Amino acid sequence: MREREHLIHKYLRSSKRFPHIWCSGCGIGILLGALIRAIDGSGYGKDDIVLISGIGCSGRLPTYVDFNTLHTTHGRALTFATGIKLAKPSLKVIVVMGDGDATAIGGNHFIHAARRNIGVTSIIINNQTYGMTGGQFSPTTPFGLETSASPYGNLEHPFDICGLAREAGATFVARSTVYHARLLEEAIGMALNKEGFSVVEVISHCATYFGRQTGLESPVEMMKWQRDNAVRVEKAKELPEDELREKIVIGVLVDREAPAYHEEYERLRAKCGVADNAL
Amino acid sequence: MKKSRKSDRILLQGSEACVAGALMAGCRFYAGYPITPATEIMEQMARQLPKAGGVFIQMEDEIASLGAVIGASLAGLKGMTATSGPGFSLMQEHISFACMAEVPCVIVDVMRGGPSTGLPTLPSQGDVMQARWGAHGDHPIIVLCPSSTYEFFDLTIKAFNLSERYRSPVILLTDEVTAHTRESVILPPREELAIEERRKPTVPPEWYTPYDDRQTGVPPMPAFGEGYRYHVTGLAHDIRGYPTTRSDEVEALMGRLFSKISKDFHLLQWFDSYNTEDSVVTVIAYGSVARSALRAVREAREKGLRVGLLKLKVLWPFMRRTVMRFLESSAKVLVPETNMGQLSREVKRVNQGKSEIITLNKVDGTTFSPKEILETLEDIYP
Repeated sequence: MREREHLIHKYLRSSKRFPHIWCSGCGIGILLGALIRAIDGSGYGKDDIVLISGIGCSGRLPTYVDFNTLHTTHGRALTFATGIKLAKPSLKVIVVMGDGDATAIGGNHFIHAARRNIGVTSIIINNQTYGMTGGQFSPTTPFGLETSASPYGNLEHPFDICGLAREAGATFVARSTVYHARLLEEAIGMALNKEGFSVVEVISHCATYFGRQTGLESPVEMMKWQRDNAVRVEKAKELPEDELREKIVIGVLVDREAPAYHEEYERLRAKCGVADNAL
Repeated sequence: MKKSRKSDRILLQGSEACVAGALMAGCRFYAGYPITPATEIMEQMARQLPKAGGVFIQMEDEIASLGAVIGASLAGLKGMTATSGPGFSLMQEHISFACMAEVPCVIVDVMRGGPSTGLPTLPSQGDVMQARWGAHGDHPIIVLCPSSTYEFFDLTIKAFNLSERYRSPVILLTDEVTAHTRESVILPPREELAIEERRKPTVPPEWYTPYDDRQTGVPPMPAFGEGYRYHVTGLAHDIRGYPTTRSDEVEALMGRLFSKISKDFHLLQWFDSYNTEDSVVTVIAYGSVARSALRAVREAREKGLRVGLLKLKVLWPFMRRTVMRFLESSAKVLVPETNMGQLSREVKRVNQGKSEIITLNKVDGTTFSPKEILETLEDIYP
């Protein structure tokens, strides 16, 4: 408890008028806690961290924490992050996005940031809905679900965000739920240690909209669902495919080495006759 | 400034002059996406920036390009991008962001025929109003318009200076003719150029209030990583940078965004005038059209017509004071544009009956020949 208070005082912005804008029971707060603990354990100073967001409930997250913080446009956070990382590679750049933010309006930026292996840690809070605008279906909403924009059932099939990240070229991909808060903290810590493009998908819950639409009306019920439906990646390997289909595979899914874009660029610049970033 | 030593003279395309100006102004970041007729700027940047210690990246689209430029600017580098009509449309979202968050950046729009894919290889001046009002929401903007290779060089440097001085996006609105024409120019040595740098905070971080400056209206701006941890957002924000919907705070923010530029209107009256001392008919033109207009005015003078030319180098904020002066002294004013009449609307708005405004418009993918403008001058000459 004392440790937690210490972290709150160290990282939350006292000058920001709390309370935050999230609904009570929202999963984003659990993520914020895990993120702060992971950053605290990573050894980076507050001046070294740039925390960026797009638009949506997750977009407000950087407002509350004492880093260099940037709240960008819908879906485009990774483009700003690309500019910041290449302009100043010494900064640790973290981008927090929602599922609609990262894979609908920002889907193109997401796959290209992964393909280029931009040195950015992407944290995608997947609550399977557009919460801030009132519970419309997102690219991760299950097929058939009745939402406020699909009153007769969703005709679209959901993305596998981690699969997308892996195939596009991310060097680190992990998934956790907010129920598995320790795993979440570990996964973010590992992602922060990578030089290249790292992705942590965070299965979260929106009790206000998604919960109501699926019949899981309280955050507690939704988190129990996360607990009961998550399978560790090690165990998932032993399960038959049809049994896995309804499960959430959590853990580290990809961890490989590849030079990050800024490292490649440094080599290119050296080849051109400029050895450092001195202007 | 210009030495006429023959060895200093070089042959440059407008686009190359733009890149030379940008590098001399301190541009060290370029993100872009290929598009005709602006691609030459990107290719030159790809070649030169790594050698200059800067960063070049080709992004996945124009939205991403300007996003990356804004990011680099927040991290302390001067950055720019270049595009044409369709890409310029995509950039509007981030031009709006840069206005609200007050992030310096330079955007070149090499205008081509539109609407839509239109005439990719042919000139036009169809984006004059998009440059002013394309981005959503009420916002101030600075738009400069070169008409020659040397002016492209000069105005690119000025664009960076203004962008840093006012913490605002600055648009260089040019056209296919100006960007592709090769001209012999003498570029001034770097030490003769006035280069402005971003004002940084002088107070320690704990005293720093990111969006509070009652003296100049332009708050000092630290780069990310320099110890001043602050919040940047496209939401309406208070002086600390945090989101607000309080009407008094929003009003103060919006008022400052506009006044920081409008209070300096007298510093943004950049124009050239030719034969206007006694002109009965004055042509008001900009960009490549102004070149044809100049030739037309000279030929008309040879025929004894008292005509002159006012060439505008700043399109927005519109140079009301300057234009008014010429409207008052001329019986008639001719505004030739390769669009259906965009800047002429502004001239008419300012005119208020002082002069008779005649528009000359063309949207067929060609620019005006001097002859076309000369014939019109002869027609309308009182």
